Amino acid sequence: MNTELLLQLLVNGVIVGMLYGVVAMCFVLIYKSTQVVNFAQGEFLVLGGWVCLSLVVQMGLPFILAFIFTLVFMAIFGILVQQIILRPLIGEPIISVIMVTIGLSIFMQSLMNWIFGNDAKRFPDIFGSLSVITIGGLNVETAYVMSLVLSLLIMAVFYFFFRFTRHGLAMRATAFNQQIAQSLGISVKQTFAMAWAISALVSGVAGVVMGIVSAVSNSLAFVGIKVFPAVIVGGLDSIVGAVVGGLIIGVLENLAEFADGEYLHIGNLYTIAPFYVLIVILMIKPYGLFGTKDIERI
Amino acid sequence: MSAEIETVVSEGAAGDAASGVADDVILSVNNVEVVFNEVILVLRGLNLKARRGKITALLGTNGAGKSTSLKAITNLLAMEDGEVTRGSIEYEGQNVTHVGPEKLVRQGIFLVMEGRGILQDMTVTENLRLGAYSRPKVNMKSEIERVYSYFPRLQERTGLAGYLSGGEQQMLAIGRALMAEPKLILMDEPSMGLSPRLVKEVFEIIQRLNKELGITILLVEQNAKMALKIADDAYIMENGKIVLDGSAEELMENEDVKEFYLGGGGERRSFKNLKSFKRRKRWL
Repeated sequence: MNTELLLQLLVNGVIVGMLYGVVAMCFVLIYKSTQVVNFAQGEFLVLGGWVCLSLVVQMGLPFILAFIFTLVFMAIFGILVQQIILRPLIGEPIISVIMVTIGLSIFMQSLMNWIFGNDAKRFPDIFGSLSVITIGGLNVETAYVMSLVLSLLIMAVFYFFFRFTRHGLAMRATAFNQQIAQSLGISVKQTFAMAWAISALVSGVAGVVMGIVSAVSNSLAFVGIKVFPAVIVGGLDSIVGAVVGGLIIGVLENLAEFADGEYLHIGNLYTIAPFYVLIVILMIKPYGLFGTKDIERI
Repeated sequence: MSAEIETVVSEGAAGDAASGVADDVILSVNNVEVVFNEVILVLRGLNLKARRGKITALLGTNGAGKSTSLKAITNLLAMEDGEVTRGSIEYEGQNVTHVGPEKLVRQGIFLVMEGRGILQDMTVTENLRLGAYSRPKVNMKSEIERVYSYFPRLQERTGLAGYLSGGEQQMLAIGRALMAEPKLILMDEPSMGLSPRLVKEVFEIIQRLNKELGITILLVEQNAKMALKIADDAYIMENGKIVLDGSAEELMENEDVKEFYLGGGGERRSFKNLKSFKRRKRWL
């Protein structure tokens, strides 16, 4: 057995899994606070990547500036999507809302195809991100290390935000019961807008990171689909579950690749393995590992 | 009978305005009509006034529209597809009928919801901090200390609020209201699901808040006896309307109130007679 390859793949799995976890958190954040299943999460991520890339490559902005602009852009974009597309749907059946987010996903795909083209594009090598550092005999690209650090940072900020800040607490209250939140003086509309803004913004960051790690392309939207098993595994309404789910899916993918490459030789097991897990988990624990029971309406 | 009561109510309202007691009134609900789902009429012209610094009790049977009244005042009906279709609500002389709930909290109206409205998956401190959501610049620590001075028992509870006993949850709900530093607290059945001893304790606290902090209280209750004991004024509601109002002492002496809400009253009647008597003597 090729232990070194296995270890290498495991490390990759953890790093990618953390990134899935971040995107899954964004997904759960929207679901928890606004009861919307956002199938366009992957497109949010790609949009963030494209915006940052275009600013760096075409406008020649320094990366940091482009990154900050991307954050602002994504936050505003999230608020606009919520206000224009989803606010009128409040109180409509859940299936309509799902159809609308699927529509949004297709619409964004096509729009980005049209504006940014069909090809994958790389970020200029600003961080020396392709250089490799060796930790304990394992080779890890700097870009991966950066991605891991950033994922951990985002998770820490999420934890701090929901635990200690006024708006974070307000968002949790709104997720628990909107009428109680209102009776405490919390504006539910504002909270909804904030949830979408944060979710879009953080997805955008994940998009930029993925762009640096590999390349920006419209097919990155597959992360949005990958994240779905992660979210289901963790439980649709649990932020911790999202992170754990992301990790599980990331590691599993790489294990599948290992098994496939070494023994099975099926090819492409990498892509579909998470969905097999999804099916198994749904059979054993329909509410996910951390989910609460009263969400069976999905 | 019903005509007589109606005239009593309207005379009472007119009398208030005439004698200039009006500035003493912190909240006045004028002829408010509430409709749910655009067809179900729940409040049918509600009139009531809460005097500043006093406890006003709003009594009535199940389904009379008491909770709906409180939600109409705090504008929380939209979430249940309800709407104030007629009438006006005035708070501190301002028309606040269609002012958003978050603004009302900032202006000093706070509703302690039925079933306490505790955020069960959050800790006691987090619940208290959310009480002060409308006051972002407040010194959180000293405010929480102040609440603990009223409810020392809460200080020992570090876990999730969902694990508190019913009485503790009610105290947390009242403590959370204090965090908002309100001028007017609306309480929806604070005695619900509590043992008699706890009910007494909760009512004593309500009285203390009223006396020590000068907070005006509008109290919705099923437990008419307790409510009338601490209230200054009282209203009795039936079918979405006020059918009787007066000072708490007056109502406590009222034969009909004794009969319907306080139990007993007068000589004991047989069950059969009581039934026919009730049918004849509905409030409306």
